[in-house]
Amino acid sequence: MLNQITIKALSKAYRRRVLFKDISLTIPDRSAFVILGPNGAGKTTFLRIICGLIPATSGQVEIIINGQVLTAREKRNQIGLVSPDLALYGELSAVENLEFFAGVRGFSFSLDRARELLHLVGLQGRGHDLLNTYSSGMKQRLKYACALLHQPHILILDEPTTNLDESGVALVDKIIKQHKQRGIVIIATNESREVAYGDQTFTLA
Amino acid sequence: MEIKPLPWLKQSLAVWRKDLRIEFRTRYAYSALIMFAITTLVTVSFSVGGFALDADISAALLWIILFFSAMAGLARTFVHEEEAGTVTALKMAAQPEPVLIGKYLFNVTLLSSLTVLVVPLFLVLLNQKVLLPGVLVAVLLLGCLGLAGASTILAAIVAKAGAKSSLMTVLAFPVLLPLLFAAISATRMAFAGGLPRAITTDLLMLFFYDGTAVVASLLLFEYVWNE
Repeated sequence: MLNQITIKALSKAYRRRVLFKDISLTIPDRSAFVILGPNGAGKTTFLRIICGLIPATSGQVEIIINGQVLTAREKRNQIGLVSPDLALYGELSAVENLEFFAGVRGFSFSLDRARELLHLVGLQGRGHDLLNTYSSGMKQRLKYACALLHQPHILILDEPTTNLDESGVALVDKIIKQHKQRGIVIIATNESREVAYGDQTFTLA
Repeated sequence: MEIKPLPWLKQSLAVWRKDLRIEFRTRYAYSALIMFAITTLVTVSFSVGGFALDADISAALLWIILFFSAMAGLARTFVHEEEAGTVTALKMAAQPEPVLIGKYLFNVTLLSSLTVLVVPLFLVLLNQKVLLPGVLVAVLLLGCLGLAGASTILAAIVAKAGAKSSLMTVLAFPVLLPLLFAAISATRMAFAGGLPRAITTDLLMLFFYDGTAVVASLLLFEYVWNE
């Protein structure tokens, strides 16, 4: 069955300032798409439009899963987002954050799944600590656990290795390579190491 | 992980549980509610000096305390999501309706617990007799549901604005005025007695206000949330 993202004549402007105009492209299944561009070029805005967090000025983004174009509401369960803009609940522990996001997505929560995810991102043994006591790198790792919790088809990563140490960068490398085998990865970055993941790249001027 | 789709109610309860857990650990909203209510109550009781007030004035004072206390704390539920930057994660994970219902349930919980604490104190400190306690309970219950209902959608609007704290009271006052009129009138009758027909009219008014607030909020919320 067809899985892909189709972007048709996408434009975004804030009043008179045009961020990008008439972008049309297709991101096929089992691939990684990298979006490049200097600061302020609109990379994060582009990702937020794909996620359905903000509207485009014109054009559209179609997410097709199993041959069906997803509605705005259906998109949420097919996308996992990791972004510097996205914060988790500092007053809750990692396990409580995972429990909340499972519950609010309408999935039943299992402690085994939480342990598995925390182990994957290297936070085993710290699951019951409050996030306010985490370093920024640990918070970034937990964002990956939350993004993968609902097994999304599309993984959207904005500056994926921000705040991460060497082992964290290796972890992101593993996640991206694994996810490319079964879905779509979209990355906004300027790091040459991360650009290498892309089967397709696009540069915003 | 075994994936079982759950209905809206369980998703709403997840939001309610999360907010309650955070509030229990931080006490941001509850402290604001309680401090305002206790300060006002003590000030009023000192001014009155132990004399029993007229039922009209007592009823109005009680709802003024509840209204301004609600304004001090109920906006917190959405404002905190915006200020902490967690709103993006919440938008990515949740459908709008369970967010609204969860936040509404949280505000009802906060306001009910405040009412349970403040009303007995109010009755004791102001030496206020209650002739129809059943009516008072019904008015307080319906009043809290309405205050929380209108405040929740207004909090969602206010959270996106600049002057959050002052804007909440300014926006809420005209919206809550019909509820306050009916609640004050029914509370006066609970204190001093009244015709069953007049009491029923006020209680029905409160009941329909509550229903309208919840239904209108559900219809509007998706636009506010996705703005």
